[in-house]
Amino acid sequence: MLSSLLIQTLNGLASASLLFLVALGLTLIFGVTRVVNFAHGSFFMLGAYVGVTLFDRLGGGALGFWGGALGAGLAVATVGLAVEVLVLRRIYRAPELLQLVATFGIVLIVKDAALYVWGPEDLLGPRPPGLGGSLPIFGKPLPVYDLFLILLGPAMLAGVWALLTRTTWGLRVRAATEDRDMAAALGIDQAMLFSGVFVLGAFLAGLAGALALPREPASLGLDLSVIADVFVVTVVGGLGSIPGAYLAAVLISVAKAWCIGIGTLTLGGITVSFTKLTIVAEFLVMAGVLMARPWGLLGAEPVEGRVAHGRAWPLDEPRRRFWLTVATMSVVLPAMTLLADRYTLVLLTDVAVFAVVASSLGILMGWGGMASFGHAAYFGAGAYGAALAALGGAPFVLALGAGIALSGVLAAVFGRLALRADGISLAMLTLAFAQITWAVAFQWDAVTGGSNGLVGIWPPALLADRRAYYLFAVVVAGLTIAGVWRLAHAPFGYALRATRDHRRRAQASGLDIERIRWAAFVLSGSLAGLAGSVYVFAKGSLSPDALAIPRSVDALVMVLLGGAETLVGPALGAMVFTLLSDWITRATPYWQALLGLAIVALTLVFPHGISGTLARWRGAGATP
Amino acid sequence: MKRALSTAVRLGLTAAIAVAGLTASPSAAQQPPIRVGELNSYKAIPAFLEPYKKGWELAVEEINAKGGVAGRKLEIVSRDDNASPGDAVRVAEELVTREKVDLLTGGFLSHVGLAISSFAKQNKIVFIAAEPLTDKLVWENGNAYTFRLRASTYMQVHMLVDEAAKLGKKRWAIVYPNYEYGQSAIASFKKLLSARQPGVEFVVEQAPPLGKIEAGAVAQAIADAKPDAIFNVTFGPDLQKLVREGTTRGIFSGVAVFSLLGGEPEYLDPLKDEAPIGWYVTGYPWDQIKTPEHDAFVKAYRSRWNDYPRLGSVVGYSAIKSVAAALAKAGSADTEKVRAAMAGLEVETPFGKVVYRSIDHQSTMGAYVGRTAVREGKGVMVDWRYEPGEKHLPPDAEVKSKRPAQ
Repeated sequence: MLSSLLIQTLNGLASASLLFLVALGLTLIFGVTRVVNFAHGSFFMLGAYVGVTLFDRLGGGALGFWGGALGAGLAVATVGLAVEVLVLRRIYRAPELLQLVATFGIVLIVKDAALYVWGPEDLLGPRPPGLGGSLPIFGKPLPVYDLFLILLGPAMLAGVWALLTRTTWGLRVRAATEDRDMAAALGIDQAMLFSGVFVLGAFLAGLAGALALPREPASLGLDLSVIADVFVVTVVGGLGSIPGAYLAAVLISVAKAWCIGIGTLTLGGITVSFTKLTIVAEFLVMAGVLMARPWGLLGAEPVEGRVAHGRAWPLDEPRRRFWLTVATMSVVLPAMTLLADRYTLVLLTDVAVFAVVASSLGILMGWGGMASFGHAAYFGAGAYGAALAALGGAPFVLALGAGIALSGVLAAVFGRLALRADGISLAMLTLAFAQITWAVAFQWDAVTGGSNGLVGIWPPALLADRRAYYLFAVVVAGLTIAGVWRLAHAPFGYALRATRDHRRRAQASGLDIERIRWAAFVLSGSLAGLAGSVYVFAKGSLSPDALAIPRSVDALVMVLLGGAETLVGPALGAMVFTLLSDWITRATPYWQALLGLAIVALTLVFPHGISGTLARWRGAGATP
Repeated sequence: MKRALSTAVRLGLTAAIAVAGLTASPSAAQQPPIRVGELNSYKAIPAFLEPYKKGWELAVEEINAKGGVAGRKLEIVSRDDNASPGDAVRVAEELVTREKVDLLTGGFLSHVGLAISSFAKQNKIVFIAAEPLTDKLVWENGNAYTFRLRASTYMQVHMLVDEAAKLGKKRWAIVYPNYEYGQSAIASFKKLLSARQPGVEFVVEQAPPLGKIEAGAVAQAIADAKPDAIFNVTFGPDLQKLVREGTTRGIFSGVAVFSLLGGEPEYLDPLKDEAPIGWYVTGYPWDQIKTPEHDAFVKAYRSRWNDYPRLGSVVGYSAIKSVAAALAKAGSADTEKVRAAMAGLEVETPFGKVVYRSIDHQSTMGAYVGRTAVREGKGVMVDWRYEPGEKHLPPDAEVKSKRPAQ
């Protein structure tokens, strides 16, 4: 047993090294540029694909393998340079997280490009020459390559550590990580530094992708499966902290390996399958670590004032134009039942639902300066609450209420826990909670139907017709969103924005910061839950997919694309994103790439979101 | 006021344009073809679904070259469902209401398949599910409008259990992807094997998340349990990783290994010369099947696509052949007539004749069972035989008790 656990520790350490290599680049990039690079997993995947090609071309020898790996790193570094120069450099000054949307667009483009170039089949890489066999350790054969990887992690840690502490370039990187504005004030060329860091990060990710090939075939799912893990590692370690990233990678990988080694345990009549725990192990670790240490294992609290939330544009007072929009919408949208075909109504029902989700997230992000990477949790909880109530025989309205209640309770609990942290840590905590919720729905067969989900949840006869349900959804969404807009200029809205803009002043004015933020969280969650309950009756079925990361990402993209800092932004973003995806999906088999291009283009043209940028164009000259 | 007015005009115009744009739909042609809606998770599962698409495209071309069905051409409107049940339902809606398709087919992921099936029942449109393997699609959640082509999870497990029981191995290790497909596969396996072979022990169970297996750790945990035999349900990259790690660590030597779907070219081919030897698998030995119907299919497929067929190709091809057969038998595209025609429908597929059973709407398409080997640097199936689907379904009474009353 002991020897098994020791071997499992070695397995974990080998996996940790690769994870660390990818996380290293991400944490460097974030530290200096504050870009949450969603495309980092795509760099890893590209490294794997380029690696397969190069190994093939260069032959099976040692030179082919190591040269190929290096070549893959360099090729991906070039792609990274292009991404930085062509896209990110233009939007560094945009509000925090907009870059995340742009890099999300790049994920989509890279995925389709890889499909086009390398085809759909998984590509297994070669075994490393000379390291393909195994060595007996504690009497059990362990792959030699794993031993190499175990050493590689600390070696890379030492190498990058030396680069950062022993060179002038490293000094600059550390200065910018600590305080970007101060570094700029001291005359450090930001453009060069940012490009350099980004290229190094991409190189490391590409190298890791190629070096992973002996253990992991190149496949089109690698990007997203890696990125979640790597985000977790960087945040658990402390953003910008390199030894922290290694520590976190080891912690998570070894925890997983032990879960697998322990297998199924029966204690006091209760059987626990630890292997099933691996589906959320990293998120459980993250939730635990961040609740105890909001800035990660070795992270430091960011310098107050300078790196916080930037200067937010004040919310516009609803003027005549605004009320005209409202009046027009309240005539046009219901009139659609007469003008539009059934599918348009179905599509607009989706738009209405997502407009509510985006508006609810907008309360948190726009007014509260609290990003949620896990908004799907509340959307999905609303959907599950409503679906379970309906399947249990509850009437429609009661089912909607059950959905709102469940998501409200969930938001109250998660909000209480997550709000200990702030900024990116808060966002990652919401992600962790969302993933834990997802895993519960995924595993709890008896109640949630497991991965298959629930079917046969349709609205009552009165609303069964598409037109009727569309009207219902539009009225619910309209009233909700109007309420949210109204709230923006109510005392609560002002108070919430005060906590975002200057916490100490707000506190000095007698505002109960904790309570206001928490209330915003619960409100936002409940509204997302309302959207979820309306959604599930429009679809007739529900699966854990409603709680999964892509849903949360969609909501983020909608808010940021539309503009988090205006009233109409989130709803507008929901509309643009939903209609655009619907149209593009049908336009071409390579719709992912086209959607990605569209997203990147939108972020470049509208760096403050569509409505935010338009407002700036209109009000050019006015002081923000 | 003037400014406000112009804003109102602008908004009104925008809305009008939006309405016009949204409601524009393709105009119908003269003698209209029969339109079939096809939706699948093309971007999420390209390794299986690209060959699948080539398969159904070939079928459509063949059918239309012979004049179509009931004097009308067959036209497929294909969509990506984004691997999401919610999107799939919206896409299905679009196919039905805007593209005016007469029936739906497609599907790969079980939860998406179930969502479309629920939509089909609610909207009274026939859905011929091609690939989703979940037993629930035709049993627990079965409905009057949903039919399924591919041999289900239960059927494929049942095919392997025969072999497994013959070996009389006592200590079994189990590896499966942690979602419904894996869970129901091992539930069936344990139940069926225990019934045949009382006293069998399941000494270790590993449930890695789909696509994220820690293969080294899993292989080690299996070896530590010292099993006589392994039953594996993982597939795709997970399987490739498990094979490589397991081989390097020597966990497969002297152990009988059973692997569901392991012989499908989609999952066997990427392993090349590292393909496992002597595993018991279900799969598709496309290069060795010598029946006239299969020969004709391979020949047509190769000349059309300049590539060899995968299992997905057969599934896509047979799905559209099923659609055509149903339409021909019904003599019209009317939903109730097609639905009636589907019950007991006989379809010629590359695997021979299959029947859509009226009792549970499951087709009797079978699968090939055999063992893996490496020939000329490639993984192949040897000692294989075709297992017809009808041999591997439970007795009618049991099926009836599983299916809800209509």
